Amino acid sequence: MNSLLRHKVTPVWLMLILATVISWEFGHGLGFGSHYGYATVAIVLIAFIKVRFVFLDFMELRTAPLPLRIVFEAWAVIVGSAILALYWSGT
Amino acid sequence: MTDGSQGAPAQGAPSVSAPGILTFIIADVTIFGVLFVAFMVERSHQVPLFNQSSSSLDVRLGLLNTLVLMTSGLFVVLAVLAAGQGRASVTRQWLLASFVVGAGFGINKLIEYGDKFAHGINLLTNDFFMFYFVLTGVHFVHFLAGMVVLALLWFRTRGEAVDGPLFGWIESGALYWHMVDLLWIVIFPMLYLLGSR
Repeated sequence: MNSLLRHKVTPVWLMLILATVISWEFGHGLGFGSHYGYATVAIVLIAFIKVRFVFLDFMELRTAPLPLRIVFEAWAVIVGSAILALYWSGT
Repeated sequence: MTDGSQGAPAQGAPSVSAPGILTFIIADVTIFGVLFVAFMVERSHQVPLFNQSSSSLDVRLGLLNTLVLMTSGLFVVLAVLAAGQGRASVTRQWLLASFVVGAGFGINKLIEYGDKFAHGINLLTNDFFMFYFVLTGVHFVHFLAGMVVLALLWFRTRGEAVDGPLFGWIESGALYWHMVDLLWIVIFPMLYLLGSR
């Protein structure tokens, strides 16, 4: 059972965990001083980078047919961009 | 990824397809994508209200739920890997681990909902909480369905070869569980972190 933990997906999981904690810290404005807007952009970008890694490594889209991979990657880009654009339009 | 009617792919072979579940996932994430955009459109018209409401959410519970789902997702990946190697008991152990860790999300969410209702906050409180309850509620239904799938797979792997026809079902169940995970990865920052300071 433990031998599977040495699979390449475990470091990806670790990276996802670290990214989650970092984005939580950004939620308190860490490293951005009074520029909370930039912290928010970083939070959203990190979220969609995490989504991409779930697509590629957890859902195995890295080895999937290209059209399928494009559909999922396009979803992440379109929804992520829309959220960021709408966030800026409201600030 | 393989078709549900086929066994595990040959070692190192690229995945083929699991059309049924992938079509469902694409449709589902598209609907959620529309809901995410609708939330942000509404937010852009009522930023102070949305920020104030968001700050009343417990970010630590949202963070914990994110860590729980991602860890449960890792265990499902390991279950699929074990199934591909034909290791039934290991597959069952990882499926069980995924279920047990995943259950933490449900407990956490019920605590959070209970707290909101205890404070008189519900779907009709304001537009932010309307989106909060709809987005997290629909996601919670998906989560419950995923838990049922994990439990069913665990039961089925008791007496069936995991690298035979069952492999496709294990992989499809795993893909669904990852969808539950990735939707929460977006919901968490959108509801809890935008304007949380």
